[in-house]
Amino acid sequence: MSKYYVNKFLYQVDGNPLLLADYKADAAALLVRWERDYGTHLGINHTIERTSWLGFTDRERQALIEHDYVTLFELGAHFFLCLTIFIAIYDDDYAARSGPLAFQREYAQKLSHWIGKDYPTVAL
Amino acid sequence: MAHLSAVLATTHHPFYLKATQLTPPEQRMPQAEEWRRKVEAYRETLTAAKPDLLVMVGADHFHQFFADNYPTFLIGKQPKYDATFYNEEREFGIPPFLLDGDEDLSGYMLQGLLDRGFDFSVSHELKIDHSIICPIITTRPDADLPIVPIYTNIFAPPLPSPKRFWDLGRAIRSIIDEYPSDRRIAAVGSGHLSLELGGPRQFGETGPDPVFDRKAIDWLASGDIDAILENVTHETMAGAGNATHGFMDLILMMGIAGPIEAAYVDELDLFHTREMYMTWYPEGDPR
Repeated sequence: MSKYYVNKFLYQVDGNPLLLADYKADAAALLVRWERDYGTHLGINHTIERTSWLGFTDRERQALIEHDYVTLFELGAHFFLCLTIFIAIYDDDYAARSGPLAFQREYAQKLSHWIGKDYPTVAL
Repeated sequence: MAHLSAVLATTHHPFYLKATQLTPPEQRMPQAEEWRRKVEAYRETLTAAKPDLLVMVGADHFHQFFADNYPTFLIGKQPKYDATFYNEEREFGIPPFLLDGDEDLSGYMLQGLLDRGFDFSVSHELKIDHSIICPIITTRPDADLPIVPIYTNIFAPPLPSPKRFWDLGRAIRSIIDEYPSDRRIAAVGSGHLSLELGGPRQFGETGPDPVFDRKAIDWLASGDIDAILENVTHETMAGAGNATHGFMDLILMMGIAGPIEAAYVDELDLFHTREMYMTWYPEGDPR
């Protein structure tokens, strides 16, 4: 498992409007492209240097493709990165349909089985 | 020596501008007008101190910094600072800013921190995020004063201890006290009370732990660092909400003020958070 790599994906896609639009439209294709053009480059700004050993587990890859924030929470992906990126993708549509904060409240409800328990750690 | 004219500790709610000004009046939330009034009253506590420059404390929310290299403590040393990242403008409607810096105080502060055992990172190309721009918007919206920005890690665990934040505040205070200048410095920092983001208690009718919020405000307002260090741990903060660790930056601000009573304390129960507005005047109340 690579929480770091999952967070790197969320961080870089959330911070780039072109990647974000592609993640919303076709997550599986964007994941492949991100790994090739971003994920395997060293850190967050290098364009020449590469990291050779980072990769997703099958479960991480599937959760990212399915925008499955419940599984990402349970895998310990950083809560702020998850919330921010899925607000960017879903908030406007939910708000137009069901009013302000509708998406955020559904997000909370889907995680409600964690109330009263220790959450999965986001520490790396 | 420099004058510490005021110390402000505030929550930073990134939706303040959007909720109270950018949204058309007929669509604003019911608390918008009360929120604006409270913020403008709070602003007066900084204005009255007549500061010449601001030492600002905040935390990068994975905007510039990421887990490939996330600084525990960092200071900016630049003539200018851009502010507001694309995804903050997108989500919160916060506009870009360009703030003046003060390289002399940044350098003096950095050396003073190193001398006191705080081995800071330093950035010469720092862009400011909403942890500092929100308090600029609320307490100094003209953004007309030079800043010295200090970032802490309240965000990417493992985190420093609450005691370390207090000690850092005390160190910053002693450096300001020794700074050879007759300028008036105000310290303005932002953080959180109980807060949940991306978890099951987010965006409820109140903050995730109103009991914690009550105690936290009272501890800060009375300068009771002993009660804080006795009761506030990483675990108790997590119990109050998964993003509550931003409270440590409010402890830091009280460290700059010292263990004294606050001169101004206000709060506002908003959707999903309690907002807090607190000011100390270590050299006397100018109002």
